[in-house]
Amino acid sequence: MPKMRVGWITFTCSEDSTMVFLELLNKNFFEWDNRMEFAYCKVLKREGSVLQTKDVDVFFVEGAISTDDEEKKLRHIRNISKYVVAVGSCACTGMPSAQRNLFDKAMQAEIEERLLKHNLRKNVEPINKFIKVDDYVMGCPMGEEIFVKTLNKYFTLFGV
Amino acid sequence: MHKENFDITLDNLSKIEGHAGIDISVRNGEVQNVKLRIVENMRFFMESARGKRFNSVHQLVSRICGTCSTAHLMGCIECIENIFGIQPSGQAKALKHLTMNGLQIRDHAMHLFFFCLPDLYGKDSVLDFKSDDEKELLHKALHVKDVGNTIGNVIAGRAIHPTLPTIGGFLHAPKQDDVKKLIEMIRAEREKAVEFVDLFYNWDKRLERDTNYVASRSDKIYNFWEGDLMDSRGFCIPNFSFTDHLNRVVIPYSQAEGFLYNGDTYMVGALARMNIGKDTLHKDTRHDLSKYLSVFPSRNVYHNNLAQAIEIVHAMDHSLEILETMEFKDERPPQVEPTQAGGTGIVEAPRGTLYYYLEFDGNGNVGQANLVIPTAQNQIMMEKDCGRAVQACIENGMDKEEIERELEMLIRAYDPCMSCATHFLQVNWKEQ
Repeated sequence: MPKMRVGWITFTCSEDSTMVFLELLNKNFFEWDNRMEFAYCKVLKREGSVLQTKDVDVFFVEGAISTDDEEKKLRHIRNISKYVVAVGSCACTGMPSAQRNLFDKAMQAEIEERLLKHNLRKNVEPINKFIKVDDYVMGCPMGEEIFVKTLNKYFTLFGV
Repeated sequence: MHKENFDITLDNLSKIEGHAGIDISVRNGEVQNVKLRIVENMRFFMESARGKRFNSVHQLVSRICGTCSTAHLMGCIECIENIFGIQPSGQAKALKHLTMNGLQIRDHAMHLFFFCLPDLYGKDSVLDFKSDDEKELLHKALHVKDVGNTIGNVIAGRAIHPTLPTIGGFLHAPKQDDVKKLIEMIRAEREKAVEFVDLFYNWDKRLERDTNYVASRSDKIYNFWEGDLMDSRGFCIPNFSFTDHLNRVVIPYSQAEGFLYNGDTYMVGALARMNIGKDTLHKDTRHDLSKYLSVFPSRNVYHNNLAQAIEIVHAMDHSLEILETMEFKDERPPQVEPTQAGGTGIVEAPRGTLYYYLEFDGNGNVGQANLVIPTAQNQIMMEKDCGRAVQACIENGMDKEEIERELEMLIRAYDPCMSCATHFLQVNWKEQ
């Protein structure tokens, strides 16, 4: 029986929505394992670069974008995925990872050296700044019920 | 592979919390260079904490890390209570123990069952567990993991970013019906947790080396919230002076700084706690797990996983004792009168000693905030062990692919959390 091909990735964030997802597996692992397979999920299996991943039905993206490398990967994800879902507050709104965008001049000056050293951009942005996003699962961490509802919507859509 | 020259680069270490890579050069069969790169993008929470009100900052720092959120929240609360001289009630102390116990069960279970268990079975992922026996094992693992989650939900309001712990206490007490169900759940799942101790005890994986260990220890009972900092050579470290014993090490290729303890390598985490405090484990844990406890103190880094499995059983036993002997009722946390002051707080996060330092102005707003994170403390030791492991692999004639798998297994044994590791301020500590 065909399964829905799912991707899961994190960018700049605390990975709390990934943790919520892993907690949801406590009760849903076997059912979801029958309905979806992971095309990319570094937290559960060995993976190379996401840039090698192809043909994804639904890609869940957690975290905001703070580097050129993250933007490149995000654009690739959009190109290989039928649907992209932003999970958690950082992916949906940028916050709280983007709180440094609001630092005053003195604090900006204080962190500037570290931004340059680690190739971090001046501003942190939500993922819809760069790509079209099909669904949002808001919350910090993401709301469990909204996530399950969204996942079930795609299970129905893909007939699995 | 003897006497060969080769390089290993792993950019995307899997089944760990966060993002890291490693580069290793081997020349003429000898490991020449090891670079463990923590590449988690900085989010500057310490800077963001400045100006925040004393009674809101614990919810902010919780967002430093998803999996360790409870540890950050409780460490921050501990720090603020110490600074303003707040004495939590007996009930609040019990709820703190339960909250930290739930965290350890949930977090250790996630690491042991989702990240490490496939290593024991020669598989890449729990997603590859397809036989009936493997599915049954996974079924048990998920039940154990769910105990930690449920303790978090019932006691702290939520397992990730808890909502109920606050300065001086908890916003609500757990309902008696929920407590009763929780007791039944823990009793039902404890035996499964013991089975996993046996599983990790029998995992014949070994990397032995000498180092110092640092952890909190309480003679009252093994716990993750109160006690005195000790090293494994018997030195008691006053909590407020912890950073006086640390040497900050700038690691140019990593987004996290490393630390030495009194100029030497050391390790924090479950192995450190077990080496320093196994005699203080709950009496039921000591009784039922005596065979497994005999391996501690241990020099084998893979015993960090065994120590985590034992801590799950202990956290269940300790929680049961609290839940069965206490009656909970709503109580108002003490009033806080903030003053201009600074101070420290320490908790034992799943991955080791987590140190908070905060300063407040006279209005109760944060002036300075700083952290010492467990994974940053383990970074140098982890890197050195990677070099040792690769050298041993070369001497055992392993090919490059096998070496890469060994490396990932070793790093997983440390249970690093990269999301936390990049949080620090540049302060004037003793620098190496």
